[in-house]
Amino acid sequence: MKILVSVKRVPDPYAKITPNAAGTDINRDGLQMAVNPFDEIALEEAIRLKEAGKATEVVAVSIGGAECQEQLRTALAMGADRAILVQTDALLDAPSIAKILAAVFQREQPQLMLMGKQAIDMDENQVGQMLAARLNLPQATFASKITVENGSALVERETDNGIETIRVPLPAIITADLRLNQPRYVALTGIVRARSKPLETITPEQLGVSPQARVRLTHVESPPARKAGKRVSDVRELVRLLREEARVI
Amino acid sequence: MRVLVVAETNGERVSEKTLPAIAFAQQKAPDNFTILAIGNNLQGVEMLTNYGAQAVLTVNHPALAKPLAERYAPVIAHYAQQLGVDAIVATTSTFSRDVLARAAGLLDAPMLSDIITFESANGKLVAKRPIYSANLIGTFEVEGTPVVMTVRGPAWGKPEPKASQSPVQAVEAPAEVPTRSEWISLQGSSGGRPDLTQARVVVSGGRPLKDPETFEKYIGGLADVLGGAVGATRAAVDAGIAPNELQVGQTGKTVAPELYIAVAVSGSVQHLAGMKDSKVIVAINTDPEAPIFQVADYGLVADLYQVVPELIELLKNDKGA
Repeated sequence: MKILVSVKRVPDPYAKITPNAAGTDINRDGLQMAVNPFDEIALEEAIRLKEAGKATEVVAVSIGGAECQEQLRTALAMGADRAILVQTDALLDAPSIAKILAAVFQREQPQLMLMGKQAIDMDENQVGQMLAARLNLPQATFASKITVENGSALVERETDNGIETIRVPLPAIITADLRLNQPRYVALTGIVRARSKPLETITPEQLGVSPQARVRLTHVESPPARKAGKRVSDVRELVRLLREEARVI
Repeated sequence: MRVLVVAETNGERVSEKTLPAIAFAQQKAPDNFTILAIGNNLQGVEMLTNYGAQAVLTVNHPALAKPLAERYAPVIAHYAQQLGVDAIVATTSTFSRDVLARAAGLLDAPMLSDIITFESANGKLVAKRPIYSANLIGTFEVEGTPVVMTVRGPAWGKPEPKASQSPVQAVEAPAEVPTRSEWISLQGSSGGRPDLTQARVVVSGGRPLKDPETFEKYIGGLADVLGGAVGATRAAVDAGIAPNELQVGQTGKTVAPELYIAVAVSGSVQHLAGMKDSKVIVAINTDPEAPIFQVADYGLVADLYQVVPELIELLKNDKGA
């Protein structure tokens, strides 16, 4: 079984993100970049499936500028077998990403595609579902447990109402939630080995797609700050204020 | 603008979570919106008829008894096309994120997730939504219709009741509903408490609550005297103290109750993202420097093990008085 995993380059989740002076984008000066944490979880799951003998090959794919090679090298160091960069500087929205990934999927013909439920920059949570729709494949979003058996995947999903279990026949698209696993640290031997693993670069045109973004980010601002209130001295005062001032109990 | 509101259902019953999406439609497409509710032997449809929708369409089919995206998305896409709508809208939730994004994929439609404002000007649609874990607000322009949107519940509130009733029309599921995905089970744990995203009062606890029993005793106990729901921080959930679906914050749920009581919650940016729209915030924490105090209306620097039982006792007694 071949597994395809998409990997997005995003700002480091612990970096302080601020608007730039013009308010047109975030301030990118000296900003550390990383693999989207949810994609890292998806990748870890794919590698574990390979280690468990359920998968034979793990292919990582990223879309963006040449700098995305950095995140693909991280994926290779974690344990992916090879990587594909769809290189483009075009402005892309979720439907365009889904179109490109669908073309990669059709070229690679994996039995399973894993990806993060959302990227921590735009927080859209759309691409996996759009990709599944385009490919007319089953989807299982927000996975917190995946069991692959007899050509299908039993997936526990984190929903607002609790843990929902569904079964999807493969091939399918599964998006990873936070609690699917704890990704491994990249070992030095992995980094060394990653250098000799294949990293192919192709263009959207070579895949036969030329998507155009219809959703455009035009302005970035800080949210309005909430101001601090008052300190109370004890429980009695708290209850009195909640009742008489705030009138919420 | 013509809008299709997709009701949130679990296949059996319409959820009140639908209401903010109806409030959006009332504001942005008055007298020009239709509501679509999907399920099997669906209950609670009458809840949708009081808000001035042109019609409430119900699709009942045995294959739609559970809310599987693969099965619901084609129904939504079908009726969006048939009605020729400009926008397809639902309230942000795991249901709508799963189902609407797939419908957008089927329609090759642009999508905006979790919007807090929406304007249509000079033929352009402009919306604001939180980005970068709600550290920032982004303004987005969209071209092309239909536009698929999920709307952030607390930003849109409740719709206005209208005098006239919307007609309910039973309509057919499109001929080919795919049935490859199979629903197996749902393991919930609300324990009879109100839904976290709907509750008037939410009491949340953090990692210092030690274990599930302590968490239930103090956080659950306080929630119960207030008739409220229970929430938790990511740290508490990760530590196995509280179940996943109680997590409030950027990777969990967004809540905006009238009263949010944060007990032993430090107030990380990710947690604040999920609750800072609450009307009144109370923080109880031993650390006077905890960031939660910067957003709290009322702060009490104290040990939870001392003050929470006092609070429970006081509220209990006052109730009886």
